[in-house]
Amino acid sequence: MADPKKKTMFQKIAESQFLKSIFRTGIPHTRRQRMMAVLNNVFLHLHPVRLPKHAVKVKYTWCMGGLSFFVFLVLTVTGILLMFYYRPTVEYAYGDIIDLAEQVPLGIMREIHRWGAHLMIITVWLHMFRVFMTGSYKPPREFNWVIGVLLLVLTMLLSFTGYLLPWDQLAIWAITVGSNMARATPFLGHEGPGAALLAIGDINLVHAASDVRFALLGGRFVGEATLLRFYVLHCIGFPFIIMIFMVVHFWRIRKDGGISGPT
Amino acid sequence: MDAFKSIINSLSEPQIMFSFLVLVFFFIFPPSDKLYRIHKKLRLDLLWTNVGGVFIFTGLFVFFGLGVTDENFRLIVTKPDNVPIVGLLFLTIFFLWLSMKQGRDNDIRLAEGQKPNEYHDPEDKVLVWPDLVYIELIAIVLCSILLMVWSIYLKAPLEGPANLADSPNPSKAPWYFLGLQEMLVYFDPWLAGVVLPSFIVLGLMAIPYIDSNRKGQGYYTFNERKTEISLFLFGWLLLWVFLIFVGTFLRGPNWNFFGPFEEWSLSKVVPLTNINLSELVYVRWLKTGLPDNIFLREFFGISFVVGYYLILPPLLARTILKKFYSKMGIFAFSMFVILLLTSVTLPIKMYLRWTLNLKYIVAIPEFFFNI
Repeated sequence: MADPKKKTMFQKIAESQFLKSIFRTGIPHTRRQRMMAVLNNVFLHLHPVRLPKHAVKVKYTWCMGGLSFFVFLVLTVTGILLMFYYRPTVEYAYGDIIDLAEQVPLGIMREIHRWGAHLMIITVWLHMFRVFMTGSYKPPREFNWVIGVLLLVLTMLLSFTGYLLPWDQLAIWAITVGSNMARATPFLGHEGPGAALLAIGDINLVHAASDVRFALLGGRFVGEATLLRFYVLHCIGFPFIIMIFMVVHFWRIRKDGGISGPT
Repeated sequence: MDAFKSIINSLSEPQIMFSFLVLVFFFIFPPSDKLYRIHKKLRLDLLWTNVGGVFIFTGLFVFFGLGVTDENFRLIVTKPDNVPIVGLLFLTIFFLWLSMKQGRDNDIRLAEGQKPNEYHDPEDKVLVWPDLVYIELIAIVLCSILLMVWSIYLKAPLEGPANLADSPNPSKAPWYFLGLQEMLVYFDPWLAGVVLPSFIVLGLMAIPYIDSNRKGQGYYTFNERKTEISLFLFGWLLLWVFLIFVGTFLRGPNWNFFGPFEEWSLSKVVPLTNINLSELVYVRWLKTGLPDNIFLREFFGISFVVGYYLILPPLLARTILKKFYSKMGIFAFSMFVILLLTSVTLPIKMYLRWTLNLKYIVAIPEFFFNI
């Protein structure tokens, strides 16, 4: 056994002034230090300090909520990297996507981003499923379930708006098919029931160039304006909204009594 | 083998597969005490044991293992954007099994007067550092490895440059919306694409306010929450995930149905013989021809819809849903019944289509108002 007073290299580094200025508690050995490690860290502080035993079991939580958040972060990082190379115009978009695979070193960012998007939808669905099966939406957590449903919708909208950006046949037709339904919105779409009622004399207020589909696409069909709209919504609009709801969602978990459990 | 494949092809016709799944569903996930006793008697709860899990997954793997030897099957399953859905299938079934197994275990404990497995002494807590953070770290590492391996081995799909003049056949929405696209077979876009999705979202949000059962919170159980779980799974598995599978794997050119081992042939012809309710009544049954007045023409359809939403709920409140009505009160009950009836419109419309070739119950194309 080595001299207990003699410090190893690792300990010396951990206790250096520099590292102590960052991680004030040092290496958490004692119970107190372990609690402080969570309390003193802005990111870890998302957690409570102590949890009931069932709450750390993968069998119970499936990790799906946390993984959804993690995949969201992966998507944010890869998305930012992709934005360096991608120009949302009809002339450049498709060519930029090809360049991403062929010219950019380590060109799997688009793959990680695309498969990550699919993965996030799956993890969010499974998270919802877990929350349902454990009855965790019951009082006092009703409102957080509502927020969760909104987050699910936003996740699908994020994925949907991103689907157009490669500007290939798959993209344009998926968005065409998906947005065609909007023209049948009651009252707001020009082929929707009730739209004909919104008229002054024989002037229709809701027509192909003024209905909700037009607002979504910025035109009567998927084109240049749609690409820009979806790009802005995908990179700024929806991430902005989903972050607000995520903050509320996480905060409410703590405020509604932490993770659900049997009493 | 070919005979076997053609049997599977015809068994996966939506009519047959959906009817089969609906029939089996209520025995596997019984919503009432009566069905629960039958479920127990048939020993169907053994699905939610380790042996049952092995059984389910062997079946799945054998089906997929043999399936991928078929060219047509391989073509749909390995299409890059379809890979996540294959993953979703396995994950959904795995987690369904996992939650139901834990539910079954807890039900046995609860019946013996014990606390559920999740229960621990409230004073006996664990610290987040290190007990939770290391699990999170492992989960993150595994998830990153999965994503990287997936990204290295499977290129993201990229087809020819966008061209609005050249529409692919079939044109499909992203997979998570294919349930909605599949609904377009049975409903007009204003219902399938706008009204029903809004109902799905609002219905999901309404769950905690409708569900008045306070039992079964914070642990897996089936027995204490059978009605809720059965209804939720019916919507999620049969009306959502199942429709996505049909829409992704079994719908080919012209949105025609193709079995999993069938070639997506452009020349497959399916006769369009659908007729509206008004035509069925006036032309086929009364043999008079359609009246000119729209409301007279659609009288039967409109009465059907109005009756469905106005007469059926109070009727249900007095008969089979009596217990729910007295427990929930009028407001929550109305919400519940409207959501329930609306979600049942899809199977109703499916069966009307399959049996009577019915296109619309109410058809007023003059105002784009078709139901």
